[in-house]
Amino acid sequence: MKKTEQAAVADLRDEYPRFTPEMKHTHKILVPDMLPVHFDIIVNFLRRDGWDFEVLHNDTRAVIDEGLKHVHNDTCFPALCVTGQFIDALKSGKYDPDHTAVMITQSGGGCRASNYIPLIRKALKAEFPNVPVISLNFAGLEKDSGFPVNAKLLLKFIFAIFYGDTLMSLYNQCKPYECEAGASDEARGDCLRAIGDAFERGKYRRYKAIVRSMLERFLKVRRTGEAKVRVGIVGEIYVKYSPLGNSHLEEFLLSEGCEPVVPALMDFIMYCAVNNLNDARLYNKKSLSTPVFGLVYRYLLRVQRKIIRMTEKAGFEPLHDFEHLRKCADKVIHQGVKMGEGWLIPAEMAALAETGTENIVCAQPFGCLPNHIAGKGTIRTLKQMYEHENIVAVDYDPSATKVNQENRIKLMLATARENLAAKQEKH
Amino acid sequence: MRLGIDVGSTTVKVCVLSDTLDILYTSYERHFARVKECVLAQLAVVREKFGDGQFYACITGSAGLGLAERSGVAFVQEVQAAFTAIRRYYPDADAAVELGGEDAKIIFITGGTEQRMNGSCAGGTGAFIDQMATLLNVSVGEMDELSLRAEKTYPIASRCGVFAKSDIQPLLNQGARKEDIAASIFQAVVDQTVSGLAQGRRIKGKVLFLGGPLYFIKGLRRAFCKTLGLDEEHAVFPDNAPNFMSVGAALYAGSVEARPLSEITARLRAVRSSDDIVTGDPLFADREEYEAFVARHRASDLSFADIRTYAGDAYLGIDSGSTTTKLVLVTPDCKLLYQHYQSNNGQPLDIVLERMREIFALSEGRIRIAGCAVTGYGEDLLKAALKADFGIVETVAHYKAALYFNPKVDFIIDIGGQDIKCFKIKNGVIDSIMLNEACSSGCGSFIQTFARAMGMEIDEFSKLGLFAKHPVELGSRCTVFMNSSVKQAQKEGASVEDISAGLSSSIVKNAIYKVIRAKTPDELGENILVQGGTFLNDAVLRSFELETGKEVVRPGIAGLMGAFGAALYAMENVRGQSTVITAQELENFTYTSSSHVCKGCTSHCNVNVIRFSDGRKFISGNKCEKGAGRKPHSDELDIYQYKYERLLRSVEGGTGKRGRVGLPVALGFYEQLPLWAGFFETCGFEVVLSEKSSRELYFRGQHTVASDTVCYPAKLAHGHIESLLDAGVDFIFFPCESYNIDEHCSDNHYNCPVVAYYPELLKANNERLHDGNFVMPYLDLNDEKSSVRALHRALGAYKVPAKLIRRGLREGFARLTSFHADVVEKGNEIAYNAARKGLPVIVLAGRPYHVDPEINHGIGKLLTSLGVAVLSEDSVFEKGMPVRVNVINQWTYHARLYRAAEYVARHDDVNLVQLVSFGCGIDAVTTDEVRSILEKKGKLYTQIKIDEINNLGVVKIRLRSMLAAVEEQKRRRADEKN
Repeated sequence: MKKTEQAAVADLRDEYPRFTPEMKHTHKILVPDMLPVHFDIIVNFLRRDGWDFEVLHNDTRAVIDEGLKHVHNDTCFPALCVTGQFIDALKSGKYDPDHTAVMITQSGGGCRASNYIPLIRKALKAEFPNVPVISLNFAGLEKDSGFPVNAKLLLKFIFAIFYGDTLMSLYNQCKPYECEAGASDEARGDCLRAIGDAFERGKYRRYKAIVRSMLERFLKVRRTGEAKVRVGIVGEIYVKYSPLGNSHLEEFLLSEGCEPVVPALMDFIMYCAVNNLNDARLYNKKSLSTPVFGLVYRYLLRVQRKIIRMTEKAGFEPLHDFEHLRKCADKVIHQGVKMGEGWLIPAEMAALAETGTENIVCAQPFGCLPNHIAGKGTIRTLKQMYEHENIVAVDYDPSATKVNQENRIKLMLATARENLAAKQEKH
Repeated sequence: MRLGIDVGSTTVKVCVLSDTLDILYTSYERHFARVKECVLAQLAVVREKFGDGQFYACITGSAGLGLAERSGVAFVQEVQAAFTAIRRYYPDADAAVELGGEDAKIIFITGGTEQRMNGSCAGGTGAFIDQMATLLNVSVGEMDELSLRAEKTYPIASRCGVFAKSDIQPLLNQGARKEDIAASIFQAVVDQTVSGLAQGRRIKGKVLFLGGPLYFIKGLRRAFCKTLGLDEEHAVFPDNAPNFMSVGAALYAGSVEARPLSEITARLRAVRSSDDIVTGDPLFADREEYEAFVARHRASDLSFADIRTYAGDAYLGIDSGSTTTKLVLVTPDCKLLYQHYQSNNGQPLDIVLERMREIFALSEGRIRIAGCAVTGYGEDLLKAALKADFGIVETVAHYKAALYFNPKVDFIIDIGGQDIKCFKIKNGVIDSIMLNEACSSGCGSFIQTFARAMGMEIDEFSKLGLFAKHPVELGSRCTVFMNSSVKQAQKEGASVEDISAGLSSSIVKNAIYKVIRAKTPDELGENILVQGGTFLNDAVLRSFELETGKEVVRPGIAGLMGAFGAALYAMENVRGQSTVITAQELENFTYTSSSHVCKGCTSHCNVNVIRFSDGRKFISGNKCEKGAGRKPHSDELDIYQYKYERLLRSVEGGTGKRGRVGLPVALGFYEQLPLWAGFFETCGFEVVLSEKSSRELYFRGQHTVASDTVCYPAKLAHGHIESLLDAGVDFIFFPCESYNIDEHCSDNHYNCPVVAYYPELLKANNERLHDGNFVMPYLDLNDEKSSVRALHRALGAYKVPAKLIRRGLREGFARLTSFHADVVEKGNEIAYNAARKGLPVIVLAGRPYHVDPEINHGIGKLLTSLGVAVLSEDSVFEKGMPVRVNVINQWTYHARLYRAAEYVARHDDVNLVQLVSFGCGIDAVTTDEVRSILEKKGKLYTQIKIDEINNLGVVKIRLRSMLAAVEEQKRRRADEKN
């Protein structure tokens, strides 16, 4: 081998359309449907900042079929859903392919999910070669097509997520128990408007006032006070939240007369920050950004704790304290398990059990690599720790039938109801 | 009275209990997807017997949910129903195993109640057994009888029917006894239940066995008892096992409102099908369109010559496929004298012998067979038996045949019974070959199995679809998934016609989007030729044309193309007298078959020996030449063999004063073993390695496998842990490493999540492991300081000084470097020898753990036996340039793959075959990238997916096709130069 060859780098990349800042004014940006409440808030303020965003809501079979056509068989289900949703939307004729871009988040972790962007690019290339794919990430990836994020925008994201989490949690705590049908939905609508206003007026950082108003609004929803089965949803981030990904799991649980308990999205953000700190602690992997992560983490924790105290005071079940989640994780698995959702999954399962939600759906895409270990692999340990822990692991897949999934969830619910009845008898 | 109705995936069970909970009546019937009708019929019987009294009624079962929801009759989840019944009738039971049509369940009762059901991708159920019985062409009852006379069992993949089929078919083709295969199938079901469901929990104590299959099939019962080690006292098979769930439902019904039976019946009758199912357009608008379609395809028929009058030379082609055997006899001007197409029903050799006798009889000595070629799965056996002139790879045969019909052909797709094969043709050479992977097959035999389940023949069934008004959309994936989609559609009330049409279109979509992985149909090509038995089915052909939007050529002999191609090949290539068996020899020809385990090496192959009446014998099932009684092939050209031995040699041995450490030779250790051996030996430990991988070792750890969809290399790790525990080491060392060693040619250097964190799972799911005997520090070996710190803490109990740990690590790295250097040097030596001998070189590229012979199933040996020198990705990647690829290049081993591909792309006589373990999600990313690197330089890309399946038949076809294509390409290039 010649030496010159050694030094050179073979560039084997295909050409793809870049996303440039000017496109802010010329392009509509499509976002996949992942967290209905959160994305509503985010898109809302981005629109006010002059971006033309739209969250996709198409969820027919055609979405899955497009996904199947364009994504490798063995790639995980979320990649397939997201790609399918984009292509199906673009094919609908509603969007001008020369003035449309699509956006997706990217974490850069050691799981295949960090490769969604190239997969989507590849899929779009065949039919919509001019549609750029934008990466929303905080790790400096995809520098030529990243969404421009500055400190102010970051802050907006953070508060939007806090509000979205709180709203989602309050809604889930009221909806199953509401005396008048639709009262919770009304409250949610009101809160969304109020949050929108706060962003409009630039007062989105006044989180205490905003959270207080949300709590007050939901306290007005009259509740029956009966005991219902509470079911926690944990798992891979996309199928955990996205109705398209989990066949409308929350709705299904509501229809079964259960209270869905969905942990916060902020947990995942803080999990990512903590992983950076853990890497520094475990492996001396310090960089310039490490102290920044530490600062951000401490700030987030402070806001989170404040919101928790307010929620508790109002008589609602608060979301988890992240330091508590870390302690929960330590009982089950090492915090070094940081790919995908990693240690966060068992941490949430343990924390849910400790707060009285012992019934859990652990949702993951079929064949999800990190979840072999952090999801299914930890169930045995958790069951030993918590006597009544009742977990069902559900694989989501384009061809797994809904009946099959629901049947398994129903099995978990049957045990849950029995446990609930036994508990009530005791009292 | 109480009424329990259990609607399973294949049967309906009804029972009536008295108010004092005595069982008054039970029934059990198959519903053939007519769920509602079947339930109503049985209720009519109940009404006749018991009158129209008040009933407390409850429905259970996977297919009963929709019925219950829409009728307002109470529903109870079936495991819950079983549980209710167990508590009443068998309060002392410790666990229950229930197999149903599509489900498998385990209920643990004592020691923490727990109920488990199979995942959506788990075979090993009643449907799986049915499918296998169909494959053996016996009824389930007969299969049971057969299994009781078994002498041995073969390893058969049990995860899903598709896998099992590809294990069983070669066994059948090689003449293994049906008795043994039947027993092996039942054993596979047991293994699946134990590994897939129990997942880390042992099934012990008093165990109940429930559900139809376990009640009716004695062989299955026996296999369960034997595997779980249960005596008669502890294995309970209740008399009402098939009805158990319906009894449970009836018991459960105590809490619901009583209703008159007539009302319950009326409510059920009123249930309508929902609109949940998605439907597509009809295949044909009207009969005229169909007629035109038929007429167009009739143009591609061959002409015939009469075997009864023809005199002269003829050429015989035989295609011994996986499920069917095909023969054609043609004249030198390609007129068809004789053709035959038949399901194997077990033994292809018998079929061929019989047909040849018929040919000789019909031709009455006028016809001379001037040449004969054999192709397909049964090629070796038939070639030996018939003394055929040639044995050729199927792909080559198909191409030869296609050329005859359309010299411009640039795309051939063949959907056979069990395979989908596609090849693109560029410049007259097979440019790329795509075969269905075990997970995406949705082929002909599926329709066949399904037609039979509906009580129809395949022709009749598929014709029904031609004029279906609303074909059901069934998705495109593996047959197990499709099976449940079909069942769901039926439950929703789709007609047989709609399902038939839906299946045809599924098969086509599966082929186009999953096997060929075309993004748009235009990618296929301009001149498409379709063939294979499945395309004789007009509904499939039409679906294909509709999906691609192209008119394609389907030869009238679509099912015989392999055989026709073989005949053409024989015609072109035969020189002098044909060696094929004569009429006279055939008359006295007989054979016997037997099998034994080869003791030639550690592989312990199951070897089948077929003895022909003229004294010759044919041996199959052997992975190497030893089994066939020939001189073993030299490993000089196989780096995989070298690497494995070299890796194990990195332990120098000797006793350690600090203790005995066990290193499992699994996952990351296939790379880092030299490092850790060096480390621990320097630190004063005796290093004990786990036993060599084998299927037995896998079974030993099977009960601790937590996720049944994880890759085989990971599953094997469980066995390695057991073997070390049994060896009595002081502790097992298995580090967790998010980051692999940085080789500075990628953006990051991760391990895959499974390699990185599998020790966590091992520890959490094996009750014998605890902090004291399982040490799993979190390390990043790129940073010495933190590694020393972590190791120091992890080995605290052994008081190893930090200084010594540092020295140990350095020694470890030195051994690792020398291991790599040796591998590279050996690679150079092999490349040099290959060049000297003019042998082609293949870089068998995978992950370090693919070096394990149990994981790669001896593919290296197979390649050398085909006359190819084998290199590995890690022996060549340093010669490749660092690359920038489309995807994020952030895993150390992937970066090696890309660089190895880059190296191969620039070298003429080197080709690449990528090894991929089933279930490796990350390889979904790398395979496309490696393919694109190679194809940019006009190289062929071949991928081999491996699992616990122990069948090299398919792999061999793939590799031979590839080699044939490479040869052809080379010849072309040489021609062009001249």
